[in-house]
Amino acid sequence: MSAVVIETNTAVPQPTTPWKQTRRNQIVSASTVAASVVIAVVIVLLTGLAGVDGWALTFLIVSLLVTAARAFKVDAKVRKEMFVSVAIFGTAALAFTPWMSIFASVVMKGARGFQPNFFVGDMRTTIPDDELNLGGAGHAIVGSIMMVLNATIITLPLGILSGVYLTEVRGRLTFLVRFVVQSMSGVPSIVAGLFIYVTFVNYTNSFSGLAGSFALAILMLPTVARTAEEVLKLVPDDLRSASYALGARQWRTSLLVVLPTVRSGLTTAAILGVARVIGETAPLLLTSLSSNSYVFNPLGGPISSLPTYVFGLLQIGTENATNRAWTGALVLMLLVFALFTTARFIGGKDRR
Amino acid sequence: MEALIAREIAPEPRQLSVVYNRADRIFRRIVTSGALTSLVLLGLIGVFLFVKSAQIFNDRGLSFITGSNWTAGSGDGVILDDFSIGPMLTGTILVSLIALIIAIPLSVGGALYLEFYAPFRIRKILTALLDLAAAIPSLIFGLWGLAVFTSFGERWSILLNSRFGWIPFIKVQNEVFGRSPFIAGCVLASLIVPIITSVTREVFSRTPRDLIDTCYALGSSRWGAIRTVVLPFGKSGVIGGAMLGLGRALGETVAVYLLLNIVFRYNFRILESEGGNIASLIATKFGEATQYELKALIAAGFVLFMLTLVVNMLAATIVQKSTVRK
Repeated sequence: MSAVVIETNTAVPQPTTPWKQTRRNQIVSASTVAASVVIAVVIVLLTGLAGVDGWALTFLIVSLLVTAARAFKVDAKVRKEMFVSVAIFGTAALAFTPWMSIFASVVMKGARGFQPNFFVGDMRTTIPDDELNLGGAGHAIVGSIMMVLNATIITLPLGILSGVYLTEVRGRLTFLVRFVVQSMSGVPSIVAGLFIYVTFVNYTNSFSGLAGSFALAILMLPTVARTAEEVLKLVPDDLRSASYALGARQWRTSLLVVLPTVRSGLTTAAILGVARVIGETAPLLLTSLSSNSYVFNPLGGPISSLPTYVFGLLQIGTENATNRAWTGALVLMLLVFALFTTARFIGGKDRR
Repeated sequence: MEALIAREIAPEPRQLSVVYNRADRIFRRIVTSGALTSLVLLGLIGVFLFVKSAQIFNDRGLSFITGSNWTAGSGDGVILDDFSIGPMLTGTILVSLIALIIAIPLSVGGALYLEFYAPFRIRKILTALLDLAAAIPSLIFGLWGLAVFTSFGERWSILLNSRFGWIPFIKVQNEVFGRSPFIAGCVLASLIVPIITSVTREVFSRTPRDLIDTCYALGSSRWGAIRTVVLPFGKSGVIGGAMLGLGRALGETVAVYLLLNIVFRYNFRILESEGGNIASLIATKFGEATQYELKALIAAGFVLFMLTLVVNMLAATIVQKSTVRK
């Protein structure tokens, strides 16, 4: 008897979601947008405002006005909230438009020259204005890969060492090292190129791939060091304590316990570093210059790279040269994209 | 009485001491020297650039910074060498300031949208794209600016000039609107927006969740919570991000080289098609420079290096302060 009463009393209240948009709210917002679109179209057609930007601006202003009209009935707080929402959405759209536009235009304009010969041919017998199925950027791609690989070989150990210093050794200079790495990430790329020119190119008396690698390494180091530090920070302290408790010394703990657990994280660090420098143009103009054919020797004189290839074609500026430049840009962006996806994939595996 | 006994029985906490043996010490020394390379490298860059260009600073003194000519001498004494970077220095600052003024509101708006307004799925996609956008080479920004943005920028310039032409720095002398500091500034702005946005978003996302929830519980609107909690909390992050963006804009070479007419004349009219910055000066003149001119270019690089170093150190200090305070 009494058990029945208790059961009815302790009926679990159903969870409610008062913050969720009701159907009515959704209809109202949708109709606001629809009304703004219609009014914006009318205004643009009447006043003859031209271009995508004219459309977007009209739409933004009109939607603010429509919101204002709608907000007449509600109290001040809700009105302000509505205004701010529209304004923030507008600025966000404005902030994200340029790079959406970049992604789109690079893909569209670069697709034309995206042919097999672009990846194998070189420019020895081709002038930039030749048809797009002649010549290519194989030499530039090979040069880029070689320089970036060398730069990685130089940078990775240094980056890992400074990561280990910041998280494992934690000497007296921890603050200073972190500070220097942070401010080094802002060294202008052309200054790095100038430095290598003054120190290395001047002494070997020739532009070379190795000089380019050195310049890229300077720009890469802060990225690698910082990512390595972030990754090493994620290693749980229990692991270190356990290792110490088993009697391991610090060097064994660091080398045999901590570093192996973040192997994939350190790969991510290297990849992010590569993505940071693969498109650098300015330092290479002062260190590796460019050439028209394949160069495999890092000390064998000027060597082409994808960025300087694109840059050189842009300065020529004829139609097919520009088309080639766009294709180069597309390949560069695909490379960056691929590197980022790989880094994300590997990094994601680490965190699990 | 009982408490006293307990105090006597409780053992003193053991003094922790760390003893490093030889292997440890060697390991620590190797790691330390590796970590100090970046410090040494940074110092070397400064020292080498200064030593190689000391002759210029010696010859020209302060007029290297203030003068407005860049003339290569003819070598026979008819035309004298005259190198100074005044217009390029002001040009660097002008273009970067334009970029910063445009980029800060956009980035803060974008970060607020991503963190507080965007639906979950859109936020995930946009954040991934944002990282990618921050890694687009500046060369591609320059290319885009040249081929896509310039036509928009010119139209906006004409509009600005016809409506606000009475303001001194918007007035133009020649009605040619391409390749102006304004257009270069806009492209630089779109280049640094991803950088500032991702730093700002990161700081905003660290706002203590309970403070925001408290706001909502007290009946605040979303904007109320942002205005009273998120923005004050993230202020130093925004400033630090902006400084990082500024450092990037100051040292930008290729995009400015492609988008700006390099003219040696002080110019503060943002729509006039002349200007320049130190980095693009170096890229332009490097190819056919004489020995002495090369030294002048290295001196210009040294000035740029010091300028960005100061800005970046400030940024690093501010960002570190804002991330330490939880």
